Amino acid sequence: MAVDKTQFHVLAVDDSLIDRKLIERLLKTSSFQVTVVDSGSKALEFLGLNYEDDDHNDNEHEQRDSNSDEDEDHQDLGVNLIITDYCMPGMTGYDLLKRIKESSCFRDIPVVIMSSENIPSRINRCLEDGAEEFLLKPVQLSDVNKLRPHLMKARSNSKDFDSH
Amino acid sequence: MNHMAIAALKTQRRNLVQSMFDEGVLDNQFNQLQDLQDSSNPNFVEEVISLFCNDAERIITELNRYLNDQNVDFSKLDSYVHQLKGSSSSIGAYRLKLACVNLRQASEERNMEECAGAFNSIRREYYVVRSKLQVLIQLERHIVNLENQQ
Repeated sequence: MAVDKTQFHVLAVDDSLIDRKLIERLLKTSSFQVTVVDSGSKALEFLGLNYEDDDHNDNEHEQRDSNSDEDEDHQDLGVNLIITDYCMPGMTGYDLLKRIKESSCFRDIPVVIMSSENIPSRINRCLEDGAEEFLLKPVQLSDVNKLRPHLMKARSNSKDFDSH
Repeated sequence: MNHMAIAALKTQRRNLVQSMFDEGVLDNQFNQLQDLQDSSNPNFVEEVISLFCNDAERIITELNRYLNDQNVDFSKLDSYVHQLKGSSSSIGAYRLKLACVNLRQASEERNMEECAGAFNSIRREYYVVRSKLQVLIQLERHIVNLENQQ
């Protein structure tokens, strides 16, 4: 099983055009497959998670599950990591983190937060609420290299590790 | 003949970049950008610079507008400065980033005089970094043209 050679798919979220270009290049240089969007709501849309839906209720979700192909979309998209800016208009990176972690479909996807501001209380809150890493901007290649272990771990934890 | 010209241009380019570092116009983040450019993405730095300049000019126009309002909307101002500070930081435009920090400070203190001064610094630093980067881009293009003729 050539796990090392398998491409990981990263979904990057940032409202800044320049930062989107940078993060895309950084991720591609590190051999990740990349999708970049400019907002939290677009990120949720891409994942197939309607951000207006309330999927806190497991029963409701199971019912919807049999009718929707959310699960199939999730596997087909194969998003292995979400990296998001913290400060964004509308849905912040923290809001997005919460939505992902509250979703039964996507809570296992590692989420990394980026911010230009070094605010310990912000950093701690994100980490406590499920973010794998908090990166200070401008993000460096060395930061991106730190992501791979999280992806490897998530892959070996998932039930479907044979699907790729 | 060409490789002498190329070497001379490369020296010029190196000196220009070095002087920008020495003057604090650029910081190490610019090196990171250059490191991300390679044969598969030969125009990366130029593209980023171009995006940056368009964005910065848009923001500077907005800042000017908001600062000249009767009732200055400081939260809008702050939002724009935050954006410019972020993109300045991302490309390594060090002095411009500092000018943004100053405007943020002045804006927080609601000090209009300081805001005006800080904004002028932003404009000045932006034009300095833009003009030097434009020279850099021209040198870069010239070098690539000559190299392609080899």
